[in-house]
Amino acid sequence: MDIKILGGGCANCKRLEQIARKVAAENQIDASFEDVKDFAEIMKFGVMSTPALVVNGKVLCSGRVPDENEVTAWLKAA
Amino acid sequence: MVVDKISEPQSNKKPVRLFLLLGVLAIVWWLAYHYIQPLSQWFVYKLLRIPAGSHLGESLAFFFYDVPKILLLLSGMIFLISILRTFFTPERTRKLLGGKREGVGNVLAAMLGIVTPFCSCSAVPLFIGFVESGIPLGVTFSFLIAAPTINEVAVVMLLGLVGWKVMLLYILSGLVIAILAGILIGRMKLESGVEDFVWQIQAAETSFDERLTWEARIHRAAGSVKEIVGKVWLYVIIGIAVGAAIHGYVPEAALAAVMGKQAWWSVPAAVLLGIPLYSNAAGVIPVVSALMEKGASLGTVLAFMMSVVGLSLPEMIILRRVLKPKLLGIFIAILAAAFILIGYLFNLVL
Repeated sequence: MDIKILGGGCANCKRLEQIARKVAAENQIDASFEDVKDFAEIMKFGVMSTPALVVNGKVLCSGRVPDENEVTAWLKAA
Repeated sequence: MVVDKISEPQSNKKPVRLFLLLGVLAIVWWLAYHYIQPLSQWFVYKLLRIPAGSHLGESLAFFFYDVPKILLLLSGMIFLISILRTFFTPERTRKLLGGKREGVGNVLAAMLGIVTPFCSCSAVPLFIGFVESGIPLGVTFSFLIAAPTINEVAVVMLLGLVGWKVMLLYILSGLVIAILAGILIGRMKLESGVEDFVWQIQAAETSFDERLTWEARIHRAAGSVKEIVGKVWLYVIIGIAVGAAIHGYVPEAALAAVMGKQAWWSVPAAVLLGIPLYSNAAGVIPVVSALMEKGASLGTVLAFMMSVVGLSLPEMIILRRVLKPKLLGIFIAILAAAFILIGYLFNLVL
């Protein structure tokens, strides 16, 4: 599974990454993580507010930090 | 138990229970809000036996009334504002602004700036997204000025501590400044002041959008209450403590000479002082409202407030990534001048 965190590296981006890593580890999901900090790259996903979570190329949330339950549901469905 | 229910995401099982819980919370909120004043007075004058009218008594009564009042007001209002904001996203705002002319576009951008969820860390992708989709630079700036200046914490605290008239003046001044400054920047043809890479970015054709149920909106709003109140509560308490000390101990009209209408230099000084005080709007407003009681004039106070929230160092550093120094300098200068003008205007009129 390919997980990307889009965002300039603010506190919210870090929190989102922590949550995603924790959920992946808890559910034994084999995932690769990537921080996308380059704004040209971020814009390619059609995202205007950060942080955003992208799983296998699909934007799942933008502009907020989702809670663990939401992320678990997304990762299990992906 | 109750808290668990709120943090459970999109449980399709029992939406009725969520709405019931909301109703109960609303009633508890209303009751609490109405009984804070008698309770705080009973606590200070009867239980602690500090005489009413003494310096300490006045300060403590002020503190124990204002802290719960403001925290309740913040929680309730931010919940409602956050529900409203789930209907607005930067992506939808961009769509609404597309193809709008100067003037109409600036007015709409400033108003959308109030309701669109915005965090200064997203200023860069938002700026690129707007400009790249053809929204004029001046219209983009109207949004970028209104969004942080008319911010929910500042507005709610003004409402709770100073009153709805000043809150309204604050919102209207912020809107007018955002509209006029945006038009001015648009007229100055400063497109060359935007960093070159911005014009080369190819954004995606489609943009992220999602449909939300009412349950999801409530969950999101509860989440923002937790996040925002969790971030500011300490500043609120410290600010009110300082404000309470001023309220009880500083003599009436003591500040008229330094922060009153006659001191012409107090307005620019207030704007300059406000720039580094960012993110402490929560702590600054209680102090400022206490200063007003002691003779600080409304214009000076409004100019200071706008400078605290509208002109912040961290946001300028973020904007530097998309704006060349010249444009960033012009932006700061226009805003500072506008805040100073507003300060003088209100000192003159009121």
